[in-house]
Amino acid sequence: MSKAENVETIPAHPETATLEGKNKFIGFWLFLGGETVLFGTLFATFLALRNKTNGGPAAHDLFSLSTVFAATVILLVSSLTSVFAVMAMRDRAVGKMQFWFLITVLLGIAFLVLEITEFKEYLHEHLGYSTSAFSSSFYTLVGTHGCHVLFGVLWISTITIQAFKKGITTVTAPKYYVASLYWHFIDVVWVFIFTVVYLLGIAGR
Amino acid sequence: MSVNAESLMQPNQKNGLFSWLKTWLTTVDHKKIAVLYLFGGGLFFLIGGIEAMLIRLQLTAPENHFLTGSAYNQVLTMHGTTMIFFVAMPMIFAFMNAVVPLQIGARDVAFPFVNALGFWLFFLGGIILNLSWFLGGAPEAGWTAYAPLSTEYLGRGMDFYVLGLQVAGAGTLMGGINFLVTIINMRAPGMTFMRMPLFTWTAFVTSALILFAFPALTVGLFEIFFDRLFGGNFFNATNGGNSIIFEHIFWIFGHPEVYILILPSFGILSEVISTFSKKRLFGYHSMVFATILIGFLAFMVWVHHMFTVGLGPIANTIFALATMAIAVPTGIKIFNWIFTMWGGQIRFTTANLYAVSFIPTFVMGGVTGVMLAIPAADFQFQDSYFVVAHFHYVIVGGVILGLFAGLYYWWPKMFGRCLNETLGKINFWFFFIGFHVTFFPQHFLGLMGMPRRYFTYLPGEHLTTLNVVSSIGAIGMAIGVITLVVNIVYTFVKGEKAEGDAWGTGRTLEWSIPSPAPEYNFAQTPLVKGIDTYWKEKMDGNKKVTAAEPLGDVHMPSPSIMPFLMSISLTIVSFGFIFSDKGVHRTVSFAVAGIGIAMMLGCMLVRSIKDDSGFHIHKEEIIETEKGMSK
Repeated sequence: MSKAENVETIPAHPETATLEGKNKFIGFWLFLGGETVLFGTLFATFLALRNKTNGGPAAHDLFSLSTVFAATVILLVSSLTSVFAVMAMRDRAVGKMQFWFLITVLLGIAFLVLEITEFKEYLHEHLGYSTSAFSSSFYTLVGTHGCHVLFGVLWISTITIQAFKKGITTVTAPKYYVASLYWHFIDVVWVFIFTVVYLLGIAGR
Repeated sequence: MSVNAESLMQPNQKNGLFSWLKTWLTTVDHKKIAVLYLFGGGLFFLIGGIEAMLIRLQLTAPENHFLTGSAYNQVLTMHGTTMIFFVAMPMIFAFMNAVVPLQIGARDVAFPFVNALGFWLFFLGGIILNLSWFLGGAPEAGWTAYAPLSTEYLGRGMDFYVLGLQVAGAGTLMGGINFLVTIINMRAPGMTFMRMPLFTWTAFVTSALILFAFPALTVGLFEIFFDRLFGGNFFNATNGGNSIIFEHIFWIFGHPEVYILILPSFGILSEVISTFSKKRLFGYHSMVFATILIGFLAFMVWVHHMFTVGLGPIANTIFALATMAIAVPTGIKIFNWIFTMWGGQIRFTTANLYAVSFIPTFVMGGVTGVMLAIPAADFQFQDSYFVVAHFHYVIVGGVILGLFAGLYYWWPKMFGRCLNETLGKINFWFFFIGFHVTFFPQHFLGLMGMPRRYFTYLPGEHLTTLNVVSSIGAIGMAIGVITLVVNIVYTFVKGEKAEGDAWGTGRTLEWSIPSPAPEYNFAQTPLVKGIDTYWKEKMDGNKKVTAAEPLGDVHMPSPSIMPFLMSISLTIVSFGFIFSDKGVHRTVSFAVAGIGIAMMLGCMLVRSIKDDSGFHIHKEEIIETEKGMSK
């Protein structure tokens, strides 16, 4: 089914050109469906417990919109750069694709640095993991998202480095494509976190 | 790399134990993975069965001291957890692996590597859970592991429960996605959705339920895990937590889970009854519709497990009505099976006996289900043996009878030999009668007030006689299962060789190829002309199904040890966390968990770097193999 093909002969949508590619494409969308339920459950838990501060700091005592806004901008831009990478992939421009993936990874790292700084600050303000039901559910939801970002950074880095050797083929294209799909998903989850956790935490008392 | 198909199929005759082990540890062939699932699930079935016998032994006499307190709770918890997660689930995956690719005319599943990974995660998850017996005691919070009992009051056994299920659950989720993609993308030409055999349909809907139900369990288990290990407060009421959240999460997973179990059995029944009635399945379209509707409603009824929690009359009423609505699509199925048999040339093989006996038994479970769905009545029934009787009627009398029907039906396709029919009938009658003798009295025990999960009862409460009857029935079931084991051994030694169309009246594509199926499944991808396409071809006087492609080389994925290594990595992670309570030095156990995570990431990296180009089975080898195989 899948044959080694030259860069010159690959089709316009190399990510779904083979059956294996199509399988990965649909399989990954379905996986994201499962991830949606996972995050949905975490969101539900958070919403149920977000006001149970147990005498510890509450959302509006802690959150500052400026940091979170910066984090949001960084992550949204990184989603855009991963789109550029996929567009470059379709143009069979390996270097360009690697460049945009590199930017995506750097933005992801910047986001993680911001998040770790933010968590450190909260710890400093006595919001430990076991302070209250609010703190447990907050750290678990946002932390799970952070772990996803970290995994995405590692994943995109490894396939970007591999691109030096393997280039863009019908075997590698689905990998680049689903990695960027994953990155968009993380971004979408963050939009919900931004709204439900931070905006609601500050404004929706 | 080119490998001779024959040598790959029988490596053990040449190179001994190591080679045999290597074949099974590295296989990515869906047919071999099916066998692994079958025997893995079979092993846990025997363990869970022994636990059931211990429970019945304890309850045979009032104030018995055989198995009391914590010991009883452990056995009871492990019986339930094992039977649901490590028996019923793998058995379902065994048949899905063995049959679905053959029924849709595919050469393998969409992700053979992930398929193997799913199996090893399930198997090692079961091993993790069962090792708790030897490492400080098994979990004892029931299979539902309600908080705060599971988070604040119980010992290390609960960590085994959480991590064992987490590992196995990850495997199940992968399996679900795999079969969804396989069925969406890999159907043979002409195999439209509305021509798919019913078993494939139920496998499809079950996989969708797995995809949307299991992540909820993952989160629920993680929350218990964080509460236990890192002092989280999800379910700790003192610090603002709320344990009702766990009940919701558990049942949002748990109710779809029971339909995940029953739907494939519905599918098996549809195949077996139609084959042995020599008739097309009655009401195919309504069957498909009913399957999808049951799948949809599965997510709408979880609160009926929580009627007595106090969510209020409105919530209880809505969920009661939704629950009763499920009786409609299920009723459609029951009638369709009966109408399929009507006027058919019925043959009562063991497979068909199991299938036919399923119908009244499952209806009884369904009727008590509707009784339990009435909130006012549920306040009386809840936590009594009536509930125990109900769910054993639907899970043993439904799921297990269906799976046994499938076992006898597809055994020839999986192993090339037919299970012995005489032993099969002994197996059936002991199991079937034993089952009713065991569980029918439990309805009355419940109505008389015997609570579930208690390790004893007092003399003079009039509960003794029915408990003795129930225990006698359990012996009957045990004899049935032992007969099945004997039958399996006998069949491996002296069993009759099976034809490709082992029952002579096969209707679907799996019967159009030799038994057991060759490594590449179909020498040529078949062209599907309608529902029951093989039957159609036979009626047109054709011996073979029309091919959709010329004979050519077949591309196969390479075997890989990586799925096994990945599963071992996650097992190491689990043990790191299990032993990270205050008793042991925390840094050491976290380091162990860290090593496991690093190993897992390393395996994923290797998998990413090494592209598997697979290998080809050449045309000549295929022709040679086809000649040599029974037709």
